[in-house]
Amino acid sequence: MKLARKDLLGLEGAAREEIELILNTAGAFKEVLQRKIPKVPTLRGKTAVNLFFEASTRTRVSFELAEKRLSADSVSIAKAMSSAEKGETLLDTVRNLQAMKIDFLIVRHSAAGAPHFLASRLEAAVINAGDGAHEHPTQGLLDLFTVRERFGSFEGLRVVIVGDVLHSRVARSNVFGLRTVGARVTLCAPRTFLPKGIEALGVEVETDVDRAIEGADVVMVLRIQKERQDGCFLPTLREYAALFGINRKRADRLKPGCLIMHPGPINRGVEIEPEVADGPRSVILDQVTNGVAVRMAVIYLLSGGEVEHGVVG
Amino acid sequence: MAWLVKGARLLDPARGIDRTGDLLVDGGKIVRVGGEIRADGEPATIEAKGCVLAPAFVDMHVHLREPGREDAETIESGTRAAAAGGFGAIACMPNTDPPLDSQGAIRFVLERAEEAGPVQVLPIGCITAGRRGERLAEIGDLVRAGAAAISDDGSWVESPLLMRRALEYARMFDIPVVTHAEDKRLSAGGVMHEGEMSLHLGLRGIPAESEVVAIERDVRLAELAEGRLHVAHVSTAEGVAVVRRAKERGLAVTAETAPHYLALTDRCLAGYDTNRKVNPPLRTAADRDALRGAVADGVIDAIATDHAPHPLHEKEVEFDAAPFGVVGLETALAVLLTYLVRAGHLPLPRLVECLTSAPAKILGLDLPGLAEGADASLVLFDPEGSWVVDPSRFESLSRNTPFAGERLFGEIKALFLGPKRIVPRPKSGGGFLFPDEEAR
Repeated sequence: MKLARKDLLGLEGAAREEIELILNTAGAFKEVLQRKIPKVPTLRGKTAVNLFFEASTRTRVSFELAEKRLSADSVSIAKAMSSAEKGETLLDTVRNLQAMKIDFLIVRHSAAGAPHFLASRLEAAVINAGDGAHEHPTQGLLDLFTVRERFGSFEGLRVVIVGDVLHSRVARSNVFGLRTVGARVTLCAPRTFLPKGIEALGVEVETDVDRAIEGADVVMVLRIQKERQDGCFLPTLREYAALFGINRKRADRLKPGCLIMHPGPINRGVEIEPEVADGPRSVILDQVTNGVAVRMAVIYLLSGGEVEHGVVG
Repeated sequence: MAWLVKGARLLDPARGIDRTGDLLVDGGKIVRVGGEIRADGEPATIEAKGCVLAPAFVDMHVHLREPGREDAETIESGTRAAAAGGFGAIACMPNTDPPLDSQGAIRFVLERAEEAGPVQVLPIGCITAGRRGERLAEIGDLVRAGAAAISDDGSWVESPLLMRRALEYARMFDIPVVTHAEDKRLSAGGVMHEGEMSLHLGLRGIPAESEVVAIERDVRLAELAEGRLHVAHVSTAEGVAVVRRAKERGLAVTAETAPHYLALTDRCLAGYDTNRKVNPPLRTAADRDALRGAVADGVIDAIATDHAPHPLHEKEVEFDAAPFGVVGLETALAVLLTYLVRAGHLPLPRLVECLTSAPAKILGLDLPGLAEGADASLVLFDPEGSWVVDPSRFESLSRNTPFAGERLFGEIKALFLGPKRIVPRPKSGGGFLFPDEEAR
């Protein structure tokens, strides 16, 4: 089976079969990553450019490693090193990249829709590595992969996402992805962090975290940006931690087998207590490991690669 | 030069005229209206069967960008665009650089328009000095220099005390205070309508309430000051409701909306097309439908384009970074005919009223209309003529239209302005710039 699309810009509108294909392919690549030499020659001769207009460690390194494990040539550009700092427009950046005949462009940008802008003007495959408060599809996919790895399927699972939903691209991609594969999603946040009309996405909404996480199979904790407490969103981070933080007391009441996830980076002591982040329920580092396999799968499939019976061709 | 327009639908709602007939223009004046006219001499005959002859349109909300941003538009290019769209008079907003907050600035616009443009330009002066919202501009001086209204368009006058004083002061000159009703503290950096679409697109939203609370406050202040308030570019159903209540209470409140709010909704932002990024933003289908109803029943008095030219390179950027605004002069009639009249939402005479006598009345402009002896100020258009919007053919220096590539109905055939006849190049292809224009 092949992935019939040029770009991966978001999980909204992605078909269940597409998501499953990517997760299955990621499973095959995860096996590759366990090998003594975790590298395949699949994308030899192809070139990927990682264009990161926003600071990122794990996503950027994860993509770079995925490209290297597939034997693609790759170049990474951070905003501070790019001509954008000299005032070059995104359009000129695209034109230059187009002229250099690249195959993949992985882009992170603070403006929602920036990857769409690039994708419509570039022949190369564009992968959204996070655009503003819009989507972060590979994060959503690696979260799905991690959940499926533990539970085997999504049927009947109840996933609770806690935190700043309003500004979170991770929350959006996860809502779209999880809903498509059949999980139930509850969003839990202060009212100021819940976009108006969010229920239209087919999710349940709860503002009492203790009620929300009761009986949950997965609790995904979102990062709270410290500057939000100045933006009339929160009185103080201290109050947020008290009302919504996943502390040990709350974690102890979770049902057995419940996973705790976080896309990172973590504000220890704000949205999650260190003991919980590092505790037995936490799969935060598994998410990071799985990220490489999922990104290998996405790049491979967008290059036209096929998968048969879980074997990467 | 004399012209005889034969067999057109003569339409002048302000005078109760709607019939088929001929019209003769000679020496810049309308000599005869109606029936079959056999003229002495040899007037140029224009066969106009199927076309509509109406008073030239008036656009009360245009941005000409000169002085300051002549790369986006100039008074010359903007007035040519206006002529191509069938407008005989346009009012230009003062948010130029420098802003139109002095006699000198108003006079500059009038002089440039006199030299350069085929159509009449009515400058609108600032409410506050430098549009800074701190103290009143010299409104009396602005009016003496020729300002037709005052506005801080682009910004709302945040201080309620200053707005009250502006409304009181402007009464002395019987000019409207045009409000850009948007509480930016509530818009909070938003780039599109706050709702289901902004949620999906991950773009920061501008709630309808940022407009509604601003209109509500200004209506209250207009009542207190017994002043004349005109609400620019109404975009929300609730904004319409506030204007409706104000009118029911007999206040001197008028309102306009723009063709794009009557045609489009926030759903068309799905592809992050910055040529659809406007302020106020495109709203929901319910808002659009309420606006259509309000135009039909007269709660919205006038339709103005809010023509806001921006150069291509400024729009070819990330959605967040793009400036707000679309050009509208050259597509207004066709958009309105296509989306409202042909779709059955608005009768043609009401549309013509919204584009002629209604804005003229708000601006205190004497509209000659289809009357014998009046100065010729007429537009001839074919409501069935269809064309595909090709921004590269615009007279405007800017190309930022949300309707590019769309087939629209309604083609301007000619504009008669005093002794001049202006024939825009056909939008459906071929031709030259203003080939028949005379005595420019």
